[in-house]
Amino acid sequence: MTMARAASSRRSLLGHSYNLVGVVASLVILAWTLVAIFAPYIIPHPIGDIIDDDYFGPMRQGLWLGSDYLGRDMLSRVLMGARYTVGISLAAVSIACFSGVVLGMIAAVTGGWLDTCLSRFLDAMNSIPSKLFGLVVVAAVGSSIPVLILTLAVIYIPGAYRFARALAVNINTMDFITVARVRGESTVYLIGSEILPNIIRPVLADFGLRFVFIVLLLSGLSFLGLGLQPPLADWGALVRENIGGLPFAAPAVIVPSLAIASLTISVNLLIDNLPQKIRDRDA
Amino acid sequence: MTSGVLNLVLKRLAVAVVTLLIVLFAVFFATSMLPGDTASILLGQAATPEAVAGLREAMHLNDPAILRFLRWLVGLLHGDLGTSYANDMPVAALIGGRFINTMKLAGITTLISVPLALTLGITAATLRGSVYDRTVTVLSIGVISVPEFMVATLAVLVFAVYLKWLPALSSVNEAHSLTDLVRIYAMPVITLTFVISAQMIRMTRAAVIETLSTPYVEMALLKGASRSRMVLRHALPNALGPIVNAIALSLSYLVGGVIIVETIFNYPGIAKLMVDAVATRDLPLIQSCAMIFCLGYLLLITAADVIAIMSNPRLR
Repeated sequence: MTMARAASSRRSLLGHSYNLVGVVASLVILAWTLVAIFAPYIIPHPIGDIIDDDYFGPMRQGLWLGSDYLGRDMLSRVLMGARYTVGISLAAVSIACFSGVVLGMIAAVTGGWLDTCLSRFLDAMNSIPSKLFGLVVVAAVGSSIPVLILTLAVIYIPGAYRFARALAVNINTMDFITVARVRGESTVYLIGSEILPNIIRPVLADFGLRFVFIVLLLSGLSFLGLGLQPPLADWGALVRENIGGLPFAAPAVIVPSLAIASLTISVNLLIDNLPQKIRDRDA
Repeated sequence: MTSGVLNLVLKRLAVAVVTLLIVLFAVFFATSMLPGDTASILLGQAATPEAVAGLREAMHLNDPAILRFLRWLVGLLHGDLGTSYANDMPVAALIGGRFINTMKLAGITTLISVPLALTLGITAATLRGSVYDRTVTVLSIGVISVPEFMVATLAVLVFAVYLKWLPALSSVNEAHSLTDLVRIYAMPVITLTFVISAQMIRMTRAAVIETLSTPYVEMALLKGASRSRMVLRHALPNALGPIVNAIALSLSYLVGGVIIVETIFNYPGIAKLMVDAVATRDLPLIQSCAMIFCLGYLLLITAADVIAIMSNPRLR
């Protein structure tokens, strides 16, 4: 989107160093993914154990990121938090992009009333502010991991649909699609074998962007106390429960914030630094 | 404006009205899905079954959902927002003052962020590739990439904890002088301005860069126009449509922003009211607040679309 445009304008100036940014960003993402997978094996202390006599303790040996508002080890809690933040967001973005892209391709290939109805309906869905939607759903059905994943997915389906449909409509006018139609291929074949391979790269870049939106929204909801419920805690919830440490600038409130920022900024930078061919909307 | 554009605009407005109906429907049903019976929640555990049945009847809870929806809609049209469950006050009375507070916050933020973002966005686009441009771009990516609450926490950390210039909490009722007022609004407004401006800067910059790369701008440069004349006289008038569109779109981020900002700074606005209503499961209050937010959001994105249609010369 605009981000991609901004990056392409600067690329020629920075040349080589640009790829370095992309590499560093990928390493950060890889690191958080590994942490998310192996968190239970690498945390130094169980997340519920109170190991510090003091609350909001500073960083020191053995307690590398200080302690939280109950004197629990912050490093362990942040590492486990990665699991929830990355896991829930990844599940939600996968559902959102899969449904959105499939629906978008079907709408583009089929056209007619199905396309119109789907587009109208999803545009209407898009007109509900995302945080508000989250608030109302949580108010209605309560907050649990499956509810969160589904809500986040539903919120971002319209965007993924719109993006994929716009791409697929362009491909749909190509001659090879007409040929395939004349051959009598089914819709499933058309979207799976003819359209998808031609739009997959921009769709993957869009996947990354949407992942960032979902991480931000999930953190925002958790911060409001409407996301993950205690004793579970993702990064947003960690900021919330330790917000009392803000007046003394405790690491307990700063570290989870930095964790969110490092993940989202890395994904944004990685997408900005993908080669033009992958990013380009009109591929 | 020709009839073609008028048609497109009318069509867009019709879509907005239909969308509003769908959204109202969605809000109504999402809140009706609450587990547990409203009547028994209201009466508490000690209620007799007869009392619960009586209240259900009185509240029309036995009617089909569609009928209740229509009744609610008619009430809305008459300006009747219902009665709060939690404290038995008319929702309209609860919302009134809060709404003005939120509008004040949004208004001040708009007044500050629009000129700021436009200046930064246009100058960055003009000086494209310079250190200044890169700084602005990196900073705005940074702000966009982090949650609003983090911008707010950082603002508290810097201005209230380290510099001790401003109080961390807002309380509008304690405002006695102009300085008080500035101190109260400063922190929420700074946070919101950051969030809104970052989006606006990016979109403005992109719009101006796109215009600057058109052949007629190059022509202006070639015929010897100065750089500032090229930007101000040749490029900007044509970039105006996309820029106004960017402003309207960015302002729609205010809706999400105020929810976080009012909560974190304890600002007595409508978003704080709604978050509290979610905690107490006060349905009529949630419905009304959600409706107001959706309406505001819809107005802004519809305005953005209409402006985009009107400023597109190919549709004229």
